[in-house]
Amino acid sequence: MICQECGKRPATLHFTKIVNGEKSELHICEACARERGEIIPGTGNGFSIHNLLSGLLDFEPAETGIKPALRCETCGMSYSQFGKIGRFGCPDCYRTFADRLEPMLKRVQGGKVHVGKVPRRAGGKMRTKREIERLRRELQLSVEREDFETAARLRDRIRELEREIG
Amino acid sequence: MGKHAFTRHALSPWMKEGGPESDVVLSSRIRLARNLRNKPFPMRATPAQSAEVLDQLMDLAESGRLSGMGPLEAIRIDDLTDLEKMVLVEKHLISPALANESRNAGLILSNRENISVMINEEDHLRIQCLSPGFQVRETWDWASRIDDLFEENLDYAFDEKLGYLTSCPTNVGTGLRASVMMHLPALVLTGQINRILSAVTKVGLAVRGLYGEGSEATGNLFQVSNQITLGQSETEIIDNLYRVTRQIADQEREARRRLLAESRLRIADRVRRSYGILRHAEIIDSKESAQRLSDLRLGVSLGLVPEVNEQMLNELLVSTQPGFLQHSHGGALSPEQRDAKRAELIRRRLAEAG
Repeated sequence: MICQECGKRPATLHFTKIVNGEKSELHICEACARERGEIIPGTGNGFSIHNLLSGLLDFEPAETGIKPALRCETCGMSYSQFGKIGRFGCPDCYRTFADRLEPMLKRVQGGKVHVGKVPRRAGGKMRTKREIERLRRELQLSVEREDFETAARLRDRIRELEREIG
Repeated sequence: MGKHAFTRHALSPWMKEGGPESDVVLSSRIRLARNLRNKPFPMRATPAQSAEVLDQLMDLAESGRLSGMGPLEAIRIDDLTDLEKMVLVEKHLISPALANESRNAGLILSNRENISVMINEEDHLRIQCLSPGFQVRETWDWASRIDDLFEENLDYAFDEKLGYLTSCPTNVGTGLRASVMMHLPALVLTGQINRILSAVTKVGLAVRGLYGEGSEATGNLFQVSNQITLGQSETEIIDNLYRVTRQIADQEREARRRLLAESRLRIADRVRRSYGILRHAEIIDSKESAQRLSDLRLGVSLGLVPEVNEQMLNELLVSTQPGFLQHSHGGALSPEQRDAKRAELIRRRLAEAG
């Protein structure tokens, strides 16, 4: 769709205006919208993803039953501060505000649990657990293939890793 | 010119190689958000705390323990001039936020400019890897190895359930933002772009302009990236972006074919007119030059402008930006002076080409 105003650029903004009960539609590009003084969400005006995020949060303490004074012990950030800026203060905030975070993650993310890369050092036991799972699958396959030599080797390796993580 | 290598050339060394499917996809980028354990995120850190993080990373860069990155430069953003910062932004090596809003900001830059690690932006580390053309999968593989290199030397904030912890919950999990920069003039010309872009946003991807969040799509350049970072593995995220990019690229090529088949004369006229203007104009603003250069890029892919090649256009895309123009001039220019300087630069570059 081409901008109604300049007839050149693609229309990227679509407004529906209702003035005194009269409905009008407008399809224009950003440059023309700026000239007309239309309010463009997501550009300039200091509006960003963080404002959107805070819109997804529930700030009515009465409804959630969580005290509004909830603060992260590590960095001192309060939940209402997080609501205003949409960003956490430190890694521990995720634990402090876990209850409230979950419904928001459901809305903005694809799930609630990380299923991707696990770092070598910080991942610690988790990395080993994943490795054990992988070896178990391999073990299963080698048993099915009747490749008992490989199976025995895998079994030893699994035991070794299990001892490591206790 | 400046003491830093990155200010000397508009075209980053990595962009010179040319990449697969560069008729539609200019570049592929992987960005990983990482934070240090037991440290407040940059926004919440005291000046002393963020200075400590910066020092730690600068020391690491100079220690030689990141040699897997190749030769590198460790830069404190406060040591740069405003124009040098602008050049870094225009080359996509740092974000506007790092240049303007971050305290104790730093940059670790590989000498090919294909790895740039921002320090103390929204997160402690933002590892960014860039490749020419359509190479999201390959770029993820080596970005992950660069990530390992940092992790060997730093304690990352990582949670078994939530993954890599980031300042903004929209990055938590993988901390991964994978993106491709696409040139889609035929989809814009044939009026299909809005339909396609709105479909893209429905499958969990976002579309932005040339300079990221909030920027306008100038010169028919669109940045397509993943939105979701939690609940999908990196491989799934990359695969999703890969498939959608492939489809958009096919649609764009199909639209170009149709344009050429149905209105060859009109499209050739449009391209050759833009070439004429770029070769002879005395004054050109950034918006017009972006549009004309886009016409030229389309013309190059259709074989209508034998005088010009893609690499030249990639170079002009950066060298005609306000920061780079002023930096190569050696000082501030008024908008009118910039427009004249820009026209002169383009004229000269195109004349050299023949």
